Amino acid sequence: MSFMSRLRRFPFWSWLWFVLGALYFLLPLLATFEFSLSWDPEIPFKAYQRAFEDKDFWETFMYSNVLALTTIFVSIILIVPTAYWIRLRLPQARRFVEFITLMPFVVPAIILVFGLIRIYSAPVNVPFTEIQLMQPLTNFKVGTNILIVAGYMVLAMPYMYRSVDTGMRTVDIATLTEAAQSLGANWFTIITRIILPNIRSALLSGALLTFAIVVGEVTLASFLGVDAFGPYLFLLGQHRAYEPAALSFVSFLLTWFAMGMIQLVTGGQGQAAGAH
Amino acid sequence: MAQTTVNLKSNTAAPTNWKTWLGVAPFFLFAILFLFLPSLRLFTASFTDIDGKFTFDNIIQLFSEPFIVEAYKLSIQISAVTALGGGILGFLLAYSVTVGGLPKPLRSILITFSGVASNFAGVPLAFAFVATLGRQGFVTHILKDYFNVNIYDAGFNLYSFIGLSLVYMYFQFPLMVLIMAPALDGLKREWREAAENLGASTTQYWLKVAMPVLLPSILGAMILLFGNAFGAYATAYALTGGRIGIVTIQIGAQIRGDVLYNPGLGYAMAIGMVAIMAISLAAYSWLQAKTERWLK
Repeated sequence: MSFMSRLRRFPFWSWLWFVLGALYFLLPLLATFEFSLSWDPEIPFKAYQRAFEDKDFWETFMYSNVLALTTIFVSIILIVPTAYWIRLRLPQARRFVEFITLMPFVVPAIILVFGLIRIYSAPVNVPFTEIQLMQPLTNFKVGTNILIVAGYMVLAMPYMYRSVDTGMRTVDIATLTEAAQSLGANWFTIITRIILPNIRSALLSGALLTFAIVVGEVTLASFLGVDAFGPYLFLLGQHRAYEPAALSFVSFLLTWFAMGMIQLVTGGQGQAAGAH
Repeated sequence: MAQTTVNLKSNTAAPTNWKTWLGVAPFFLFAILFLFLPSLRLFTASFTDIDGKFTFDNIIQLFSEPFIVEAYKLSIQISAVTALGGGILGFLLAYSVTVGGLPKPLRSILITFSGVASNFAGVPLAFAFVATLGRQGFVTHILKDYFNVNIYDAGFNLYSFIGLSLVYMYFQFPLMVLIMAPALDGLKREWREAAENLGASTTQYWLKVAMPVLLPSILGAMILLFGNAFGAYATAYALTGGRIGIVTIQIGAQIRGDVLYNPGLGYAMAIGMVAIMAISLAAYSWLQAKTERWLK
């Protein structure tokens, strides 16, 4: 009793856990940073210089950024009208759609890419015939790009849907819609000019989370044979020492940036994703 | 979609006909094409033999082939260990910044950090741990130089079970912090006051009031951590280069080339994994529903 009450007044244990957690967080980052600087004592940032000089780095990194932006854009087009319509007209579909948005938790990235490859490495035929409509999606560049963006949309779906849906909860959608309709707005106008601006912080948080998942993603990218940043970093790690450490540290700063922004726009509700 | 006419009536009492369902059709189409069909394909293929006939053999082999049983065992062990370890450390951390009496600003620092760390995985995380606990790692050297402990002589190996578990913990316990902090906030001050007025000690309060209320969410969160580790592929692959035989790594090898010499078995392995993930998610949502009774 006296021990517990002392504990309450003087949070020794709380401090201990906090310091322990902080060490777990920080030591790997410190170690990575320290290692990335240790290449050449004369030029401390040599590893960063070398890493940024590599043309492949910029190509794959830019490519991953384009993939991330495309994923975010198409996700918004798909999910915002769906969530809106369910709140407005189809509340009975709500549970079912929420169930679907949780499905990606059950199908990990490695399984998803397995299924995608097995389905889309076959040509698309007219049903029940041998007439070929399209060659396998995995065989050409646009096809693999479609597959990987779709895959990323699936991975990001739980987070995106939840962000958007939470954002809409605070907005009186029915009234806004009626007001807009009585002024003669069509559905496109309602969604782009009324709904989207009203949920922009939720959208931004979903977008940043998607960004954090997609940039640096390895599983889908490597199995679909896409030259993205994740596979590049992995290959670099196979035959270099210092540059991968430098880029790992940069990736961490990027994740930090994305999560920090989410913190700013949502006012302190942390979120977690899973591109593990 | 360009419906410009004012139509207030249908907004208030919407009769659902098939046209209303059209609004969610794109979403369902997307889910069918890129989520259901791929999963369904794996599912049917796992019940098909090499000649394309229906069979239960693949499923039976999941439980009899030692190679596969071993992979599942290893995956389940790693996931359980990191869920438990990450769960405990995460809970203690969440406790320390919510009801543990630490200064307020530390809470938002911890939550932001947790958001970052739970998303920091895959290749960069593996590299960070090589720089930390690898043979030439930062912490390895510190332990050797200042504490005269050579962890590698003592049997530690970053590329083994224990090493991979330590790496997984990096994204596991922050996730626990993110889930538990709001749950701990839900403990009402009145409960504590009522318990104290009735003469309960702090220990009694925690054992008889707080823990029973928190237990479903603690268990639920740990199950979520379990699934989180169970589905992880990139981190393990980047760290060990595929040398550790967890299920995801074996499935990866099976996709690259038919290492099992039986495609059906590869599909069955994937489906077995989905089944375990589905059970975890179901258990999680069941526990979540129980939690909401008290913590709102």
